[in-house]
Amino acid sequence: MPALVELKNLTKCFGNIKALDDITLQIQEREILALLGPNGSGKTTLLKILAFLEKPTSGEIKFQGQTVSGKIAERMRLQSVMVFQKTLLFNTTVFNNVAYGLKIRKISKNIIEEEVMKALKVVKLEGYEKRSAKKLSGGEQQRVALARALILKTKLLLLDEPTANLDPKNASIIEEVIATVNRELGTTIVIATHNMFQAKNLPHRIALMNDGKISEVGTPTEIFGRLSKTLASFAAVENTFAGTARITEDGTTSADIGNSVKIEATFQSQGRISVFIRPEDIILSRSRFTSSARNIFKGKIVEILDLGSVVRLKVDVGKIFTVQVTKRSFSEMGLNLNSEVFLAFKASSVQII
Amino acid sequence: MNEILDGIIKALQLIFSGDPTFYGIIYRSLLFSGLATVIAALWGTPIAMLLSLKEFRGKSIIKGFFTTLIGMPTVALGLILLLIFSKAGPLGFFGILYTPAAIIIGEAVLVTPLIVSIETSAIEAVDPEMMSLAKTLGASESQASIAILREAANGVVLSNIAGFNRAIAELGVALLVGGNIQGLTDVLTTDISMYTQRGGEGFAMAIGLAIVLLLIVFGINLIIMIAQKARMLFALGRIPQ
Repeated sequence: MPALVELKNLTKCFGNIKALDDITLQIQEREILALLGPNGSGKTTLLKILAFLEKPTSGEIKFQGQTVSGKIAERMRLQSVMVFQKTLLFNTTVFNNVAYGLKIRKISKNIIEEEVMKALKVVKLEGYEKRSAKKLSGGEQQRVALARALILKTKLLLLDEPTANLDPKNASIIEEVIATVNRELGTTIVIATHNMFQAKNLPHRIALMNDGKISEVGTPTEIFGRLSKTLASFAAVENTFAGTARITEDGTTSADIGNSVKIEATFQSQGRISVFIRPEDIILSRSRFTSSARNIFKGKIVEILDLGSVVRLKVDVGKIFTVQVTKRSFSEMGLNLNSEVFLAFKASSVQII
Repeated sequence: MNEILDGIIKALQLIFSGDPTFYGIIYRSLLFSGLATVIAALWGTPIAMLLSLKEFRGKSIIKGFFTTLIGMPTVALGLILLLIFSKAGPLGFFGILYTPAAIIIGEAVLVTPLIVSIETSAIEAVDPEMMSLAKTLGASESQASIAILREAANGVVLSNIAGFNRAIAELGVALLVGGNIQGLTDVLTTDISMYTQRGGEGFAMAIGLAIVLLLIVFGINLIIMIAQKARMLFALGRIPQ
């Protein structure tokens, strides 16, 4: 397969901060590539450079074999489109939102109408065209944003955490659309994610990012196979922990992940293992409560990140866990930095990598 | 007391009589203030876009300058413009002193800081990523700026209404550069002032004009209030249940 994009020794600095450090990467035509790494690892900056929204400080970009710089970048921008992590919609109808890029490209009205209907069908929002875009639910809004990008049929589609703030139903619709578009239209797709499952199932290749660098590139099988051995470098990804497992009398597994934090899991495993718990699977409460959850930890909030409709919290229980709650729960519970909270999750929510 | 009641009754008669002098004054007021607002919006909007979307040295100083000028006393501005437009002044050769053009330009200058300041904050309130969004969807720099302006539409409309409100209610500029020439440059505020001083029959005219001016200004504020309330209700409806 020929390379659609080639990045050579790419560096991007914002003031004194090096967001990207010597990135060399080839993106093949018709592939889905996942950029996997923790927040702040440079994924979004890399996507913005691929979208020609940001210029690299140094290094070379080739798009379809042509070196991109200066004036060409403006023209190249029409060849790729980015969907942002934060859902941004124009304050108008769903139709006008989805049609925006085609209107800019001066496509005739009839074709625009036809294409908008098709794009809305792809994201399962038929009949929504007259609705006010900002009145839709978070998941529907993100699907409108995706339709608005898909309609342009660009060579390159860039998705920044496309499902990070969504419920499982909307997330699976979006993942399905991504796979379909890649298969049927041959669109090259780059996804930035810190979702291990997405990275495991969706892409053809994964590029691991940390501190503005790409540490490894390979197929999911290669990367995850290697991971168990080199997890130390990778533990920066949310809720991924390395530890020692032993099988308990009840037939479950108890994994000691250090700092006297022991996690109970339903799978059976022994010895060195790596586990992962999705932030969405963790229940947060202000007081200890009785439930069927086998894992309950007391800790305190050390970081709060507002993502719009949901809030991401880092909770220190000896190890740092990332938890996701809706903004409404967040304010109703009166949470703050250093608030004391309890985390609970089922043994069956603990996944082995 | 009788004189006041008498004045109000006569004023109401004037309002409903269709008196050409009376309605001429209202017409000129609406026309001059309306044109002044349009001109101020035409040159104020690009300034606001520049101040909100571009980064350059001295930007905060310019923003502060416009904010400060919102409080400019109209009489002081009127006097400054009178000196500029007078025969000996730098723009005297235009010969527009004591013509409608002088009032329109004067009031446009008066409301520009208000329009620039409100529009600047409205545009700044739009998510800065919107610019990147429009661009990634294919917009050029200027098309993206227009998309941002459209997102700030509420603030833009509000700034224009506020500008019109200030223009129609001001006295100093219209009086000093317009000269209150009957049938040519007299407007609601200058005539209210003149007829009040004249007393007698003029008193009824002043009261009538004041009622109309209050109706216009209150009417505009009422519209803003209703619009804001509607937006608030609209926003409430958006909170997920």
